[in-house]
Amino acid sequence: MANVRDNLDWMASATPVDDEATLVAQLRAGDERAFEQVVRLYGGRLLAVARRIVGTEEDARDVVQDGFLNAFKSFKNFEGNAKLSTWLHRIVVNAALMKLRTRKRKPEQSIETLLPSFLDDGHHEERFKSWDEPVDKVMERAETRELVRKQIDLLPEGYRTVLVLRDIEGLDTEETANVLGLSVNATKIRLHRARQALRTMLAPHFRSVAP
Amino acid sequence: MKCRELADFLMDYVSGDLPAESRSHFEFHLSKCKNCHEYMVQYEITIKAGKIACDEMSDEMREIPDELVKAVLAARGKA
Repeated sequence: MANVRDNLDWMASATPVDDEATLVAQLRAGDERAFEQVVRLYGGRLLAVARRIVGTEEDARDVVQDGFLNAFKSFKNFEGNAKLSTWLHRIVVNAALMKLRTRKRKPEQSIETLLPSFLDDGHHEERFKSWDEPVDKVMERAETRELVRKQIDLLPEGYRTVLVLRDIEGLDTEETANVLGLSVNATKIRLHRARQALRTMLAPHFRSVAP
Repeated sequence: MKCRELADFLMDYVSGDLPAESRSHFEFHLSKCKNCHEYMVQYEITIKAGKIACDEMSDEMREIPDELVKAVLAARGKA
């Protein structure tokens, strides 16, 4: 998982560890309190990552548990070049992808109704009302951020996973295709459709907050 | 280029992967069609909004249920 976003600012800044080296040394020494500290420090963020990929709370908790166990078992492999948070993030993303692979595939839900439709002459059927408010300002509101997360969660699994891995976790197209067992072309099509569907889902809310 | 084709090429355009010739057709259409321009703006906002929503550092996203902490530590003890 070499291409998972290396710059996990959100996690690093969300969970300040004054002296990561000390924590790592405690973990290497098998200090029970250090294990609990790591789970409490990083677990919430990792649970959020797992939720976004696997989509259900129960599976997300399994993923986090598996991820931590894998991390604790392979802690000798942690070389300290990366941040502990980045290393844990990669392990949990891998555990989440493993969970997806072992899942029985559900029939794919259609998102056709969320895609743009066109007239016979090739023009859009819809006239798009403008989203006037700058995105950074709109997204300052916690309720809007929550709403966007909920809409992402509502995307059918085959589209949500591609969108999350590409746009949020930062995997490239080839890597996303590889871990999901899709062709590169199918991955690109799914990503484009997922973004278009999410745009349609956000439209009523983003229009309504515009002045 | 029609609006339908522009929508098809949108992803490659915003990622900078659209070949030069197609890009010039794309941009010409965009300069004439306010509706497609608005659609592209909203497409880009959607990508950015997803990133911001999932990167944010709210307290709610930091929390881990106590029972999960206990489950992880208990499982480690058994491993």
